[in-house]
Amino acid sequence: MKYVIFGFSCVVLFFVFVFASSYYKGQQAEKFGFMAKENASIFVRDHSPTLGNDDAKVYLIEFMDPACETCAAFDPIVKLMMQSNPGKIKLVLRYAPFHEGADTFVKILEAAKKQGKYWETLDVMYKSQQYWASHGNPQPQRIWEFLPRAGLDIEKIKKDMNDPAIAKIIEQDMADAKTLNVRKTPGYFVNGKPLQTFGYRQLQQLVQSEITANYPN
Amino acid sequence: MRQLDQTYNTNWTILFLCWFLAALSTAGSLFFSHVMEFAPCILCWYQRICLFPLVLILAAGLFPLDKSVVKYSLPLAVVGWLTALYHTLLYSGIIPESIQPCSQGISCTEEYIDLFGFVTIPMLSLLSFSTIIALLTILNRRMSK
Repeated sequence: MKYVIFGFSCVVLFFVFVFASSYYKGQQAEKFGFMAKENASIFVRDHSPTLGNDDAKVYLIEFMDPACETCAAFDPIVKLMMQSNPGKIKLVLRYAPFHEGADTFVKILEAAKKQGKYWETLDVMYKSQQYWASHGNPQPQRIWEFLPRAGLDIEKIKKDMNDPAIAKIIEQDMADAKTLNVRKTPGYFVNGKPLQTFGYRQLQQLVQSEITANYPN
Repeated sequence: MRQLDQTYNTNWTILFLCWFLAALSTAGSLFFSHVMEFAPCILCWYQRICLFPLVLILAAGLFPLDKSVVKYSLPLAVVGWLTALYHTLLYSGIIPESIQPCSQGISCTEEYIDLFGFVTIPMLSLLSFSTIIALLTILNRRMSK
């Protein structure tokens, strides 16, 4: 009898937890869906760098940090999804530089944008990340060794990156990240819908469901 | 004999409630960190270190009811309670924030939930540890008779 009471309690606790989780996630999804309709600018600001067709109906919003390994790991997956669905996906990058000192890297990126080398620079950053952003031994100054590979005018970068307008952009993105409850990177939203459980497959599924919904043929 | 059986059952129920409370608190704590994605601060972690093992120790003491379970679980509960008390005082501003021990990243005083206008996470923890200690103390009295 006592074993039954105990076992039953365990099962009840487990199911309450699972039920509460799915209820909470559902509520969050509803809330963000509403925000996406009412206040689209929380997701996409005028300053936000975008990649892909302007007429795309699927907006993939990624809150990222150039020093985040998972962001680097997801980059090829995202690019692949865009390639296999040409013209349907528009990638919007938002900054959430949670790693210590990561806003410096964001500033470099924004300065590279002025030279028209934004995506090239990001690519170089992701590929060389292990050398300057390793968790055990971060050596942020080493990033400068790799930047010339993107074909950048380094002197100009050093001058442009201190533009107060860039600091404002980071501030705005961090504020939006807070509003949208992004606490980890990468944080994904597809047409305003948050990625509920994290993973490659889950992101692909979410994107695919939005593609199917927006391109019925 | 009947009397003895009844005492045994009551003691078992008290310990069971104690375990249930610890398990419920653990589930709640995991809900906050994994579902709502609140990052636990240092003080939260100290309380979790005391709380999570209680679920296993108390469960082990239930089958069969072990008199020494109080001896092993009370120290954890007391340390958890003290940390929760400190955390609650810090949270409510009675202890100034300047002496808080947590560093970069997650603040121990950032308010995440505010149920009914006054219930906070450290307060839930304090309440849970207090009840567990009370139940264990009652059990101890009853069993040492």
